[in-house]
Amino acid sequence: MRNDLAVSVHGLRKRYADVVAVDGLDLEIATGECFGLLGPNGAGKTTTIEICEGLNSADEGDVIVLGRRWATDERELRERLGIQLQETQLAEKLTVAETVRLFRSFYAKGRSIDDVIRLVQLDEKREGRVGKLSGGQKQRLAIACAIVGDPDLLFLDEPTTGLDPQSRRQIWDLVEEFKSTGRTILLTTHYMDEAERLCDRVAIVDHGKVIALGTPRDLIASLGGEQVVEFVLAHAGNGAAELTPESLRGLAGVSAARSRGEDHGTVWELQVAELHRTVPALLAELSRRDLHLAELRTHSATLEDVFVHLTGRQLRDE
Amino acid sequence: MSNIETPRPRRRFPSDSLVQLSSVRFKEFIREPEALFWTFAFPIILAIGLGIAFRNRPPEVVHIAVVGPSPAASRVAAAARADSGLAVEELSADSARVALRTGRVALVVLPQADAQLQYQFDETRPDARNARLLADNAIQRGNGRADVVTVSESHVRERGSRYIDFVIPGLLGMNIMGSSIWGLGYTIVDARRKKLLKRLVATPMSRAEYLVSYLISRIALLVGEVVVLLGFAALFFGVPVRGPILQLAVIVLASVFAFGGLGLLIASRARTIEGASGLMNVTMMPMWVLSGVFFSSENFPRAFQPLIQALPLTATNDALRASMLRGAGWSVIGPEIAILGAWSVATLLLALKWFRWR
Repeated sequence: MRNDLAVSVHGLRKRYADVVAVDGLDLEIATGECFGLLGPNGAGKTTTIEICEGLNSADEGDVIVLGRRWATDERELRERLGIQLQETQLAEKLTVAETVRLFRSFYAKGRSIDDVIRLVQLDEKREGRVGKLSGGQKQRLAIACAIVGDPDLLFLDEPTTGLDPQSRRQIWDLVEEFKSTGRTILLTTHYMDEAERLCDRVAIVDHGKVIALGTPRDLIASLGGEQVVEFVLAHAGNGAAELTPESLRGLAGVSAARSRGEDHGTVWELQVAELHRTVPALLAELSRRDLHLAELRTHSATLEDVFVHLTGRQLRDE
Repeated sequence: MSNIETPRPRRRFPSDSLVQLSSVRFKEFIREPEALFWTFAFPIILAIGLGIAFRNRPPEVVHIAVVGPSPAASRVAAAARADSGLAVEELSADSARVALRTGRVALVVLPQADAQLQYQFDETRPDARNARLLADNAIQRGNGRADVVTVSESHVRERGSRYIDFVIPGLLGMNIMGSSIWGLGYTIVDARRKKLLKRLVATPMSRAEYLVSYLISRIALLVGEVVVLLGFAALFFGVPVRGPILQLAVIVLASVFAFGGLGLLIASRARTIEGASGLMNVTMMPMWVLSGVFFSSENFPRAFQPLIQALPLTATNDALRASMLRGAGWSVIGPEIAILGAWSVATLLLALKWFRWR
């Protein structure tokens, strides 16, 4: 075991009554790293992070956190971890300061209450009741409670789910602030932009397994093209039947092609390295087959595209 | 200065976290207006209502009728009026029958031939039997009967034996039970439902301190509850507190632990408020009826008494009454405290064993 690992998980399995939540998952998170577990709802992210947090038990597998095991060192681990859970509702009748002070009192050492409240930008709400805070403010308070014990390792379970864009950016700033102090973060998310912005490395999780692992940049690069072209045909002409992923792969600069059915018709998707070569070639090919475009879009490839490439499914069902 | 980390100091008592947990619990309670009402105002309103309904009235005047008019009836009526506790009317035979049937009079005296009298009354009604005794006594005396023994009367109205004296300790016991069971049960299940309990056990918080903080805040609130209710009862109804305050405090503390333990036990696994409140009602309802809150538990058959006496609310109420009303000694209070102690230990152990932290 490398002792610069903050978290090391091997062969983790967890089964609930009728579903396998985690199915042989491995993770190695280095100290000082911000690591993201990325995956759709029900992929096993929360189960995995809760086993690492010592809040859930594994059926099989080995979990080492900060060089310690939960079975023997729970007390010490609790002192050194900061945890934000997905669904916690803090006591509504208490004020922000009272809540942070309560959490601070549990730790032998930690940060000052004033510092933490300032850090999460809740100075103005200091004496305000928790029940009166907005969703973003409540989430920042939850993070304040997670960092008030000055943890070496911070767990964030979907920290920005359900928040507006501005609140999300405030949370990101907080995470980056914590990261800049050289400590480790394990976060789960189903937002690709969040993972790309915050995480040094991500593991894409699906059906309880890691299906891809690496830096966001490497994962995107693994698609073979950094750009994505999507198009929808106006109506099925004579040549439509002959339009196959194979035929599109022959076009200049296309590394992958696939189609997926959506409400408004079949969406074709191409992974391309150089837009300026592929788009003219695509247009020429369609015109040769007498096909017309209803939609044509391009975007830089994201982790979403990586997930789609690996699973054939969208990350979020929206 | 050395930069070697100092060893972690031993936890002092009370630790900062215990102080914080208890004060948070206390603040959460006093910021809940409804809870304040049910804990403090409701028992007083109930006490006022019961005090008015069961207040001690001056002795009631008993209404009787004499069937007339006739010289005999007038003589009988005059003799009966010698007793100031009797209100005597002379009525025709028909009106007297109606008055008796409707309960407006308790007794009808019917003068008959040969200077004899007939008493008509419902012998199953206590007030009617009372009227017969009073009327007969007055009429016999008026006709010259002499008492053979000389008696004198001294009227006693003892504080401590009125209904309000009986009911105030019962209300106090009921209030301790309700606020302890609800106060712990509801708050803990609510914290579990909101995943706050799970969040707390994700910190180094001591679980024992978490549970103890509930008892501490409950005891702090209870000082208020007891002072308000007993102060009110003493001031407005003159309900006595004859036993030493220390004894009262011990009884109250023992019952907080017993009911707090029950509350913890009820809350130990329930995930929803609905589930927990069902359990709380099932626990409290039988005790409201059986444990002598509004009427003495002695009214239930002898066969049930061992069970009834073992209930924590019966023990609380009996101990409170013995101490407050009779100033009974520890030999009387002790066994009740022992019952409460047994409940505390049993429920706390089971609650800790079964408690669901996540």
